[in-house]
Amino acid sequence: MTDPGGAVVGAAGAAGPEGGGSAVVARPTGAGRGRRRSRRQFGARIAILVLVFGYLLLPLLAMLEFSTRGDYGSRSLRSYVAILEYPDLIDGITTSLGIAVLTVFGMLLLLVPTMVWTIVRVPRMRRVIEFLCLLPLAIPAIVLVVGIAPIYRWMGQSLGGVGGSPLTLALVDIILVLPFAYRAIDSGMRTVDVATLADAARSLGAGWPRTILQVIVPNIRGGILSASVLAVALVLGEYTISSLLSFDTLQVVIFLLGKRDAYVAVAVSLAALVFAFVLLYAIARFAPGTGQRARIAPEEEPAT
Amino acid sequence: MTATDPAPAAAGRGVAVQFEDMHRWYGSVHALDGLSIDIAPGELVALLGPSGCGKTTALRALGGLDEVDAGRILVDGRDISHVPTNKRSMGIVFQAYSLFPNMTAGDNVGYGLRLRGIGTDERRKRAAETLELVGLGGFVNRYPHQMSGGQQQRVALARALAIQPQVLLLDEPLSALDAKVRRQLREEIRRIQIAVGTTTLFVTHDQEEALALGDRVGVMSAGRLEQIAAPAELYDRPATAFVAEFVGLTNRVKGMASNGVVDVLGGRVPLLPGSAGPGPVTALVRPEAVQLAPEDGANARVLAVSFLGSLGRVQVGLPDDTLVVAQVPATDVERLAPGTAVRVAVVPVPVFAVAE
Repeated sequence: MTDPGGAVVGAAGAAGPEGGGSAVVARPTGAGRGRRRSRRQFGARIAILVLVFGYLLLPLLAMLEFSTRGDYGSRSLRSYVAILEYPDLIDGITTSLGIAVLTVFGMLLLLVPTMVWTIVRVPRMRRVIEFLCLLPLAIPAIVLVVGIAPIYRWMGQSLGGVGGSPLTLALVDIILVLPFAYRAIDSGMRTVDVATLADAARSLGAGWPRTILQVIVPNIRGGILSASVLAVALVLGEYTISSLLSFDTLQVVIFLLGKRDAYVAVAVSLAALVFAFVLLYAIARFAPGTGQRARIAPEEEPAT
Repeated sequence: MTATDPAPAAAGRGVAVQFEDMHRWYGSVHALDGLSIDIAPGELVALLGPSGCGKTTALRALGGLDEVDAGRILVDGRDISHVPTNKRSMGIVFQAYSLFPNMTAGDNVGYGLRLRGIGTDERRKRAAETLELVGLGGFVNRYPHQMSGGQQQRVALARALAIQPQVLLLDEPLSALDAKVRRQLREEIRRIQIAVGTTTLFVTHDQEEALALGDRVGVMSAGRLEQIAAPAELYDRPATAFVAEFVGLTNRVKGMASNGVVDVLGGRVPLLPGSAGPGPVTALVRPEAVQLAPEDGANARVLAVSFLGSLGRVQVGLPDDTLVVAQVPATDVERLAPGTAVRVAVVPVPVFAVAE
């Protein structure tokens, strides 16, 4: 766990829809001589579970152990208290959160109308859009930076304070988050008949903005929420590009801090991880109207 | 069936609708091939045809949901071909699941009014009235997922009517419902349409529905209008072979045509205009025009009988192995057990004939 970015990205993976849990599920056995086999399987499952949890938790426990070391083998929260003494760090957190908010809104603004339009008007382009959105996964961050750096240099020189602000990182982060966000929103859109809803809204007199905001968005909240959670997780964990473009985001600051004071750096990493986890949980738990979604989908015909 | 219901829309507001030589291509498929239809104010025209015949394309073009490549659409004499959907004032009821799941029935019905800037109180009142009209007075606060398919379609109808549309468009609104609900709602739709007086285009692939609902029924095939006529005329005097075979059941029986008549099933029957002939033809004979007499001069044998409640259908085999279906009163079904020898005769109502 030397890469400070790794900690929070790990959290993103766990919070994502494709969390590792499914790996544990074993295939059902045939009938017949099953008892011994199922017992063996049970043992195997436990072993896998222990392995996975060990793999995920051990580094965290190590971080906790390391960051709470005091003098002469005692325990101390000194490193955690010290976090507040680094103003850079607070700035880093604020910057990262700002970028996260901009990324979420930018991503939604870009993706939702595009995807609705694709479904309603040019369904055969759906594959193309999906492919475009998945591309960032295939492009290494370093390649992205090499291509983007000149644009940022130009923005910094020509657009004054706005152009040089670390918040402009949101532009790159929107691209980075596209593959995950697309999938999340797409799965949300598959649970409702977007084309028919849009047709209905438009026939009643709604223009495109109203159709999307008042009719489509409320019905794909689940997908939008997952996309947002993924975007926040990605932004909070992003290190490579911020560092290469010399912006002081949370992860960059943590890394720099680690060179000065390893104890505080690890404390911050762990705190950041917990913070991200709590934040993501809060978004998922308390976002408006998330409870309703599940009840709408599997509707069956009651008697008239 | 009464016209005295307190319809929220003023009765008799229907406007004329004209399709003029409309064309639409999807790639190489000619979905609309010179379609022209005149719909009178307040009339309900049902468009009937197999899937892919262009009927839905025509409806979507009128609703502004699809563009046409050529041709004009006139509503109340005004060319609306290039008016966007949301400015057209068309009430559309879709096949299914078009209600906004995040809104109650009342909000769904009131949505169009909200877009028109009508205040909350007035909107609620009118939404409740319109729901009352479709028989769902107590459902204002129900969400779509709390209603059955039939109820949802009623709400969808109320939502379309609430905006007092110039034209009501029904795109197979009953096809996702079960048979009983479908028949019930079909009658409701007709009652409400007459009460409200809105010009209506109804698209369906179900001929029973089309014949029961339409003032006139237009039969479409391959993007073209084959025939548009009152249901009885369509059934009794089909203008093309397609209509004759698509609408209602028909027997294909060999016959000999000459001078406007055809000799078929041992009888002489007048031919409808447009029929093939003279010479050997295939006559399209309705089951109700085939008579079975069990007594004298038997020339056929009953193969199968199905009892359909008020009537029965009997399949008989002729000596030349032709199969003919006859429709008989339910009371005759018992006498016509399989194996019974019968004499087949034909009632001399005009039939359509196609080249053999």
